[in-house]
Amino acid sequence: MIPAGFEYHRPTDTASAISILQEHGDEARVIAGGHSLIPMMKLRMADLAHVIDLQDIQEMKGIEIGADSVTLGAMVTQHELITHDGLAAAVPIIREAALQIADPQVRYMGTVGGNVANGDPGNDMPGLMQCLDASFELVGPDGTRTVAARDFYEAAYFTAREDEEIMTRIMIPVPAAGVGQAYEKQKRKIGDYATAAAAVMVGKGSASVAMTNLADTPIWSEAASAALAARDVEGCVAAMLDAIDPVEDNRGPVEFKKHVAAIMLRRAIARAISRAG
Amino acid sequence: MSKMHVKLNVNGREVEGLAEPRTLLIHFLRENLRITGPHIGCETSHCGACTVDLNGKSVKSCTVFVAQANGAEVTTVEGLVNDDGSLGVIQEMFREHHGLQCGFCTPGMITRAHRLLQENPTPTEEEVRFGMAGNLCRCTGYQNIVKAIMASADMLNAQKEAAE
Repeated sequence: MIPAGFEYHRPTDTASAISILQEHGDEARVIAGGHSLIPMMKLRMADLAHVIDLQDIQEMKGIEIGADSVTLGAMVTQHELITHDGLAAAVPIIREAALQIADPQVRYMGTVGGNVANGDPGNDMPGLMQCLDASFELVGPDGTRTVAARDFYEAAYFTAREDEEIMTRIMIPVPAAGVGQAYEKQKRKIGDYATAAAAVMVGKGSASVAMTNLADTPIWSEAASAALAARDVEGCVAAMLDAIDPVEDNRGPVEFKKHVAAIMLRRAIARAISRAG
Repeated sequence: MSKMHVKLNVNGREVEGLAEPRTLLIHFLRENLRITGPHIGCETSHCGACTVDLNGKSVKSCTVFVAQANGAEVTTVEGLVNDDGSLGVIQEMFREHHGLQCGFCTPGMITRAHRLLQENPTPTEEEVRFGMAGNLCRCTGYQNIVKAIMASADMLNAQKEAAE
């Protein structure tokens, strides 16, 4: 319950936040909504000398809806994702998934950037962003670079982000009109990470399929996506079952997770197809 | 670690204090300010007994450092009484519909219900259950909490209509 002491910083622009990160190296970490980091600090699984609060950095906020692309500031909260009607019209799967994350209080604080940058395979947004073929803007001492969501995750809590970089924005291509979307999640109760969850987009001769918490990273499968694009549902499920690598934990043994994964995927496919134009 | 000067508006009053940045908002409220309605029921951010309203959002105050809340407006269950000290509508409805037993989750429940009804003044039962899903209760089985919140919505809407 009681975190270790730290020095607190609240910069008002990204450059200042990065210079504090550079000054303190491993000893410093940024805090966004704080709803993964603070629980870890309370259990003393994270012990930091410097905490850099991003809440006053305006350039990391806001949702921009363009004709071809949606841009989310990394500090946009789950609550803001859910209540933004323009976003729900452009990319409805985001609201559908965000409503399956955590609970109301956590969604007021937890941010989309924190969710995708955290690196916990339990988080829902990483798989969703891979399904959507989103890309992440990272700003560091040497400037700005962009990494595809599909290239970002290396292992549990290991991502392509360097220690001195901050994720500032998420860019999402707007799916074509008539592309059906669905996020289907099996969990033990409200607020639980998924036993298995599937993000599916299908329609207009294309498809994209990703799954959550069935390996030490989210899993986007090119083979499963190609099969679904050809409307080969069983081929899609078989390819995805081949791509995942779940481990036994208190959500169940490996065989059960594979069973649930197939069910979630089939349900998400059915719902996405029913929504496709 | 050095202490920082913290300034908050709590239940409409400006308050200040010195605290280490690592101090959780729930501890600052309870121990520094002696506002002991919000409770601590877990250390994993699940139970919601510590829920307060922070700048118009329902927040679990066990998962906010006081440093992050510096400058914020906070409402706790103590701030939801009427100006004359009588029970607010949601509080009265929890009493009338037996929406509490031990009372430990109640301050968080009522503070969360307050924000839920601001955002959705006419919720369905399903919306109430989903909207309260960040608050655990060990006593009631939730049924009467739902009734209390549905009744609160009706009463608040009737009051609003009467005022117009």
